[in-house]
Amino acid sequence: MEFLQPATWAEALEAKAASRDAVPVAGGTDVMVAVNFGRLRPSLLLDLTRVPELQQWDTEDGVVRLGAGVPYARVITELGDRLPGLAMAARTIGSPQIRNRGTVGGNLATASPAGDAHPALLAADAEVEVASVRGTRRIPVTGFYTGVKRSALADDELIAAIRIRPPSGPQQYSKIGTRNAMVIAVAAFGLALHPDRRAVGTGIGSAAPTPRRAPEAEEFLAGELDGLWDSRGELPASTATRFGELVSAAAAPIDDVRGTARYRVHALSVMARRTLTWAWADYRKEATTCA
Amino acid sequence: MRLTCTVNGTEQQVDDVWEGESLLYVLRERMGLPGSKNACEQGECGSCTVYLDGLPVCACLVAAGQAEGREVGTVEGLAAPGELHPVQQAFLDAGAVQCGFCTPGLLVATDDLLARARAEGRTPADAEIREALAGNLCRCTGYEKILDAVRLAADRTAGDAR
Amino acid sequence: MSAPTRTPSGAPAHLTGPGSGRVGDDAARPDGVLKVRGEFAYGSDLWMDDMLWGVTLRSPHPYARIRSVDVGPALAVPGVHAVLTSDDVPGSKTYGLELADQPVLAVDVVRYQGEPVALVAADHPETARRAAARIVVDYEVWEPVTDAREALGHPTWNQVHETEAPVTELSRESAHLHPQGNLVRHLKVRKGDPHATADVVVTGEYEVGMQDQAFLGPESGLAVPAEDGGVELHVATQWLHVDQRQVCAALGLPPERVRLTLAGVGGAFGGREDLSMHVHACLLALRTGKPVKMSYNREESFFGHVHRHPATMRYEHGATRDGDLVYVRAQIHLDGGAYASSTPAVVGNAGTMGIGPYVVPNVHVDCYGAYTNNPPCGAMRGFGSVQTAFAYEAQMDALAAELGMDPVELRCRNAMEQGSPTPTGQVVDSPAPVAELLRRLAAMPLPEPPGTLDLREVPGGVSNTTHGEGVRRGVGYAVAYKNVAFSEGFDDHSTARVRLEVVGGEPTVTVHTAAAEVGQGLVTVEQQIARTELGVDRVVIHPKDTDVGSAGSTSASRQTYVTGGAVKAACEAVRARVLERAAGLTGRPVGDLRLFDGTVVAEGLELPLAEVLGDDAVEETLEWRHRPTQALDPETGQGFAHVQYAFSAHRAVVDVDTELGLLKVVEMACTQDVGKAINPQAVVGQIQGGTAQGLGLAVMEEVLVRDGRVQNPSFTDYLIPTVLDVPPMRIEVLEYADPHAPYGLRGVGEAPNISSGPAVLAAIRQATGLPLTRVPVRPEHITGT
Repeated sequence: MEFLQPATWAEALEAKAASRDAVPVAGGTDVMVAVNFGRLRPSLLLDLTRVPELQQWDTEDGVVRLGAGVPYARVITELGDRLPGLAMAARTIGSPQIRNRGTVGGNLATASPAGDAHPALLAADAEVEVASVRGTRRIPVTGFYTGVKRSALADDELIAAIRIRPPSGPQQYSKIGTRNAMVIAVAAFGLALHPDRRAVGTGIGSAAPTPRRAPEAEEFLAGELDGLWDSRGELPASTATRFGELVSAAAAPIDDVRGTARYRVHALSVMARRTLTWAWADYRKEATTCA
Repeated sequence: MRLTCTVNGTEQQVDDVWEGESLLYVLRERMGLPGSKNACEQGECGSCTVYLDGLPVCACLVAAGQAEGREVGTVEGLAAPGELHPVQQAFLDAGAVQCGFCTPGLLVATDDLLARARAEGRTPADAEIREALAGNLCRCTGYEKILDAVRLAADRTAGDAR
Repeated sequence: MSAPTRTPSGAPAHLTGPGSGRVGDDAARPDGVLKVRGEFAYGSDLWMDDMLWGVTLRSPHPYARIRSVDVGPALAVPGVHAVLTSDDVPGSKTYGLELADQPVLAVDVVRYQGEPVALVAADHPETARRAAARIVVDYEVWEPVTDAREALGHPTWNQVHETEAPVTELSRESAHLHPQGNLVRHLKVRKGDPHATADVVVTGEYEVGMQDQAFLGPESGLAVPAEDGGVELHVATQWLHVDQRQVCAALGLPPERVRLTLAGVGGAFGGREDLSMHVHACLLALRTGKPVKMSYNREESFFGHVHRHPATMRYEHGATRDGDLVYVRAQIHLDGGAYASSTPAVVGNAGTMGIGPYVVPNVHVDCYGAYTNNPPCGAMRGFGSVQTAFAYEAQMDALAAELGMDPVELRCRNAMEQGSPTPTGQVVDSPAPVAELLRRLAAMPLPEPPGTLDLREVPGGVSNTTHGEGVRRGVGYAVAYKNVAFSEGFDDHSTARVRLEVVGGEPTVTVHTAAAEVGQGLVTVEQQIARTELGVDRVVIHPKDTDVGSAGSTSASRQTYVTGGAVKAACEAVRARVLERAAGLTGRPVGDLRLFDGTVVAEGLELPLAEVLGDDAVEETLEWRHRPTQALDPETGQGFAHVQYAFSAHRAVVDVDTELGLLKVVEMACTQDVGKAINPQAVVGQIQGGTAQGLGLAVMEEVLVRDGRVQNPSFTDYLIPTVLDVPPMRIEVLEYADPHAPYGLRGVGEAPNISSGPAVLAAIRQATGLPLTRVPVRPEHITGT
């Protein structure tokens, strides 16, 4: 095993191009577990923690460009207002020690269906900016996940950043775990209301081979909200319930040690209903505050 | 490979490090600093918590090479030789130490929590203490006396400058 | 000490330091400073120049025949010093606490997933792991026996063991073992009328999953070859002498050439009573002539020690309309896994304690321990009583509901007290304040209902699953009783060597026992007793090793009682000799003299110990025993089997998100009678820790085994409670002295681990209205999904 520590982004991309089976490591919260338990013995560990560009975030044309190596702790403290859904997801991840190291880039690279950031990224229509010596491209996050722990990342590419437009409406995130802290999701749900586009974003985690959206639920809710965006009227309870049903219908979970498929489906319907209720209440409160 | 980093204020250099070794292994087996503990080696227990450039992290999840040139702080460096850090003293006084395997990681995590709170001129409330220490598993104490210790240390150090 | 020791509202008003450090004080731990500095040497911290690392190759199959093992490719790896298989075990090929049925390294057959097959020693752990992966084992895979009741139902079919294993001299009791087949032990308790009838009858079937001790310090030790051809083993363990006997047998060496010293122990909870890496490290050290360190990682740890027995239990309770228990009938099945470990004793406890601390005229209990191809099960804190408490307390609540009675009142009405008969025909001959424990709990104020939303205080926590929707609060009660120390006629004893001398002008006591300090604070207790009995402040705890006689196991809540008793007795013997000497020097009658603050004192006399002792040391070594117990009658289960009982009670308050099945334990309250709190702070620490472990089993902890394979051998998927899962606790400690025990003390460590989980279950049942007959409770059970 070799260990390489590029100091610049260009060096990192060259190294990845030269050793396509190199395993990039940032916070180490996935990679080092696999190394410690003998499940991963790459020819090259490519440490990305020295690449300055990856450790930064900024705003371009109103879009937050979050460097792939920014740890969750900074997402919470620095971006809670701009990326509320992602910050809520970040707060549920592991422990403070893990959040000081783990990164959204790493969550994407691992592409586990249980990754906590994914539902928030899906709901917010994030884009993944990936790069190689061949150039840079942007992949809508909806198209990023291609299978269990597989992604659209080519073998010479590294994740540079995540691009997310700050929300025009409330966002929510909810995750089921059988412990009240430090737990891998049994099921998770991300919700974003986009009043500017009169649209709804959803993300489902831990309940299908990949993180995924619930398009029918989104369409249904957008339709129901059509007359409510401006009036900010009360959301009928039946709408929230139906939304929950449609979200759970989009899932394709399995039974595993963390939970049954039936429970995951059930939990998603409850989380979707509850998060919609909270988000809509926030949206209505905004109006009151404005008035 | 060769690894050079600063540990508890002293520069350390070790050779023949296998690239797959964690910072935890290097501290424990190569630098003679076994205070950071090896309970799970998967970032779930917090017993290996150390400072890396001032932030508490699980040393088991830091690849040894990632510590190159960095500053590492371990339980062994919390207090000057022969002295006890207020957090260490509070853990003893409160009876928060039983088997003690979780203690080094908890001391570092507590020190970090209290330092951050002090910098803001406050002492942490119970809910904040619990969220801050949720990554440090203890199997002996049921956490009650650990919370006592943190409150005690917070009270004793409330007036201290950071 | 009957006032609350602390309340959940904040830190105690003041925290005192070590005080005078005598019996009854909150003395400070002698190892505390080392532990907070990171300088305390645990088993995994041991290190020597030139040492090798040992690793274990384990079976991937739960049941298979080994056709062949080829170690050649492993030996060829540079840096490898030795590769060993069962052929290299010079002495007995099998070991075990009660039955020597477990191979040191697999011989022909593997009977559980993770069974050790071969060992490698190399100069780096990665080298050793790589080499182990190259060992070629050819397995003929068999279908595993994985259901305890099925295993018993077919005693000659597919039996896990083909031949009878010899009962070792270590057996704690004269267990009646089936000569062949899958029955390890069948305990019968027969009292009164087996066919009694009653006005009101409730029946229930209950299941308890496999819990893991999940001590944080992994199995670790260092074996050092000695010049005499023997070996020195430094190891984290619970009982040095039982280890020594088994290591000697496997190595074919006499005890004087196998010396064990206790390394720092990072928690035990029963999981270190059986051997793990002990013999393996010694074999590698003797083969290579170098020190060999072995330290399991977390995954291997799940395969490296026994777990708590999973149980299935069928109970029937009959009572009068007024709520007097008439009969209890129970069938209890415990899955012992592939090897016996301490299954016979666990069966003994589960059977004799199986109806709880209640007075019942007619009792009919059958308790079975079975062999299967599941992971071996053995000792874990609470030892058989934990499983049955879930069943008998659920039954008591069901009965209360059927009778329309308050559950606390029903319990108090039937509670044992001093003088009560037990199901095994004993009379409880020391205080048994079961009803008082319950009434004190019921009198405590309940926590406030939830106020302003703080996610950290609701089910699901910051994962943001509820803002109050679906949340209902429940309150539940449960009681524990547990035998203290070893039962059923076992010769339970401890040995203490106490030496008093003047060192550097200061009177100094050295206490030498082999009793394992595993975190509970026995070393503190030893110091407190020596200070109390000898009036000397400076007490040195000698390293725990096999140079002194056995202390027995650090288990069964017994060390403060038994080793504490031994230290007290040895101190008394030393004191007698010192006072005799002082009497000779002063001409005063011995009866007038006592030891105080480093001096011999009497009316008008203060003689410094330095003048009494000069350069001499007074040393006494004593074996100390509690009252003898008896074996149980094999047909009726009657007999004076237990020397002492521990009692605790819990009240749990739990918020349940009934729609998502998520839980937040809001508060745990506990009352416990400890006879005499030798170290009140440590007593409360035991209650708090035991409460948390019981809570863990109730709501999250389970080693999931499917087809004999462990599904979750990691701290990622075997979840133990975090600080956000364990609530504030209210604790009241009662001290009703047991006249038969040293200082009147009562074993403390296990009882709170028994009553806390059933109280949590009772609270969840009250919140949900569901029967919830299986633990740990999962969200699926609450949501019906």
